Amino acid sequence: MAKEIRSGIEVTGVASIEELKNSPGFPSEKRLKKGPVAVIECVQEIPCDPCEKACPFGAIKVGKPITNLPVLYEDKCVGCGRCIPFCPGLAIFLVDTTFSETEALIKFPYEYLPLPKVNSLVDAVDREGKVVAKAKVVKVETSDKYDHTAVISIAIPKRFVHEVRGIALNRGDKNG
Amino acid sequence: MRVLNHPILGKLERKKIVTITVDGKALQAFEGEPIIAALLANGIRICRKTRKRGEPRFLFCGIGRCTDCVMIVDGIPNVRTCVTPVREGMKIETQIGSGKWSTSDAGN
Amino acid sequence: MLETEIAVIGAGPAGLSAAIEAAQAGAKVLLIDENAKPGGQLFKQIHKFFGSKAHRAGVRGIDIGRQLLQETRESGVKVWLNCVVWGLFEDKVLGIVHEGKSDSIKAKKIILATGASENAVSFPGWTLPGVMGAGAAQTMINIHRVLPGKRILMLGSGNVGLIVSYQLLQAGAEVAAVVEAAPKIGGYGVHASKIRRAGVPIITSHTIKEVIGESQVEAAVIAAVNKEWSLIPGTEKTLEVDTVCIAAGLTPLAELAWMAGCECMYLPELGGYVPIHNEKMESTIRGVYVAGDLAGVEEASCAMEEGRLAGLSVAEELGYLEEHEVKRRREEVVERLKALRIGPFGEQRDKAKQKLVQAWQKKLGQG
Repeated sequence: MAKEIRSGIEVTGVASIEELKNSPGFPSEKRLKKGPVAVIECVQEIPCDPCEKACPFGAIKVGKPITNLPVLYEDKCVGCGRCIPFCPGLAIFLVDTTFSETEALIKFPYEYLPLPKVNSLVDAVDREGKVVAKAKVVKVETSDKYDHTAVISIAIPKRFVHEVRGIALNRGDKNG
Repeated sequence: MRVLNHPILGKLERKKIVTITVDGKALQAFEGEPIIAALLANGIRICRKTRKRGEPRFLFCGIGRCTDCVMIVDGIPNVRTCVTPVREGMKIETQIGSGKWSTSDAGN
Repeated sequence: MLETEIAVIGAGPAGLSAAIEAAQAGAKVLLIDENAKPGGQLFKQIHKFFGSKAHRAGVRGIDIGRQLLQETRESGVKVWLNCVVWGLFEDKVLGIVHEGKSDSIKAKKIILATGASENAVSFPGWTLPGVMGAGAAQTMINIHRVLPGKRILMLGSGNVGLIVSYQLLQAGAEVAAVVEAAPKIGGYGVHASKIRRAGVPIITSHTIKEVIGESQVEAAVIAAVNKEWSLIPGTEKTLEVDTVCIAAGLTPLAELAWMAGCECMYLPELGGYVPIHNEKMESTIRGVYVAGDLAGVEEASCAMEEGRLAGLSVAEELGYLEEHEVKRRREEVVERLKALRIGPFGEQRDKAKQKLVQAWQKKLGQG
């Protein structure tokens, strides 16, 4: 049986790098070098626009029809990450390539228990759930406003900045 | 296994604990939860055995429509355990076949 | 025989919305549901909904459900739970069993919002304890707070399969894989991405060959399928799981509609046989309306808007609303509904809904 090239969101459930870079929610390399910025990994036209109102700086626009892919206005984006918990698809992340000399910071939405502890070391995973690096938990934000979506910040080796989008689920003390 | 803490639903509310028997064995359950939930919480995954071949059956639709989960409850057969709440002292039995309606020979 | 102006059958998102809309207009509404609690499938949807602010996007299904229940109470809707409607006769008489007692109700207008049921897929071993509908698993974890099993195989990658897999992870279970017979994932990419990030493989062009176990599920054998949906020998893989969830689509629960004489149309993209209706949600039997998954399997957001349309229509027919008021309200709802039926996922449903409206117009002339 011939091996088909099978990639892309519809086939694997993971957006390919091309799909991401071609979407209007992906910041430019130039902007990424400047400091923290939102990365919106939303590549399919579905009727949805809460991200637009979630940004206090007007850096995200969906407009009408609401199936438009969200556009990131990277020069307006201050990298605050306030949008992250408001995407129902959990598809918005924050990336800071300038976090430290050797590390990048990744902020992502998280809806599992237990929440990791600040300063603990965790397994950072890529979009396929594969562990690619060890990460230090820098911040764990919860708020009633986020409606049970926590926002976790982890520091990872810089070279994984385009890959890491979460942490491995901790199946240890889930009832704690 | 009960989901004691949940990232969206929070901690499981403290509910009144009742004692029920399943095939003669005393088990604990939360008052008012469906029988099937009490079974799952106690690690039981059988409701009945089919008439011809004695094959095991359990939960399928979960909302009272398919009747795969029926058991004998307090002597009455064909009770849908996914929509019937437990009460203190409830007697639950694995049903064999289609069950018998007469209370004198219910249970088997 | 009891009498009521409006009987709404089914207290899920469509039925609740229909009852609220009609009652707010001043009509007397009786809302009937066979379950002990209202809400249909809404209280199992613990994820945040999509859409726009007007669609309550970003709000979890459970919270939308609570809002609807409050509105139902505030608008004076009479609610009968534990009430099965077993018959709907051509003179708009309902046969009911309410808390064990038989009765009948004559209604001036009827709104059927009976929802849909999960499809079954059979394979050797499908009757073993541990094989269940994805909805059953969702009910167990989100309503009853018990795990249906520890390690699950999900069959079907539509939104139900993807979302329930995610919710099983949240409840503390493991999901060994999502298996999908088609070459592409059926549901939204963002739902798929969430579970992929959690390490759950999504295996397309595969299905379940058989499930193995002595007295319950112990393992599942999956295999690849070709373009003709046949299993490809030699591609079998065994996964150790104790539970198999089937998420193979929903079919409208149209029995009462059939009984009443409503004509139905077979539309696989909407789940199967769907009662033919017009844009006001009226079926081919005057005075019988349909809304929600019964009128075509879509999403809760669509169900709520269709419920509103049906509620508006009956209130208008009974003279509770002025024409200009109805027109204004109807336009708002139709616009919101249209916004949910665009894009690559919605277009197909929109076309199918239009077929239903055209069929209604052909049979009954201009509505």
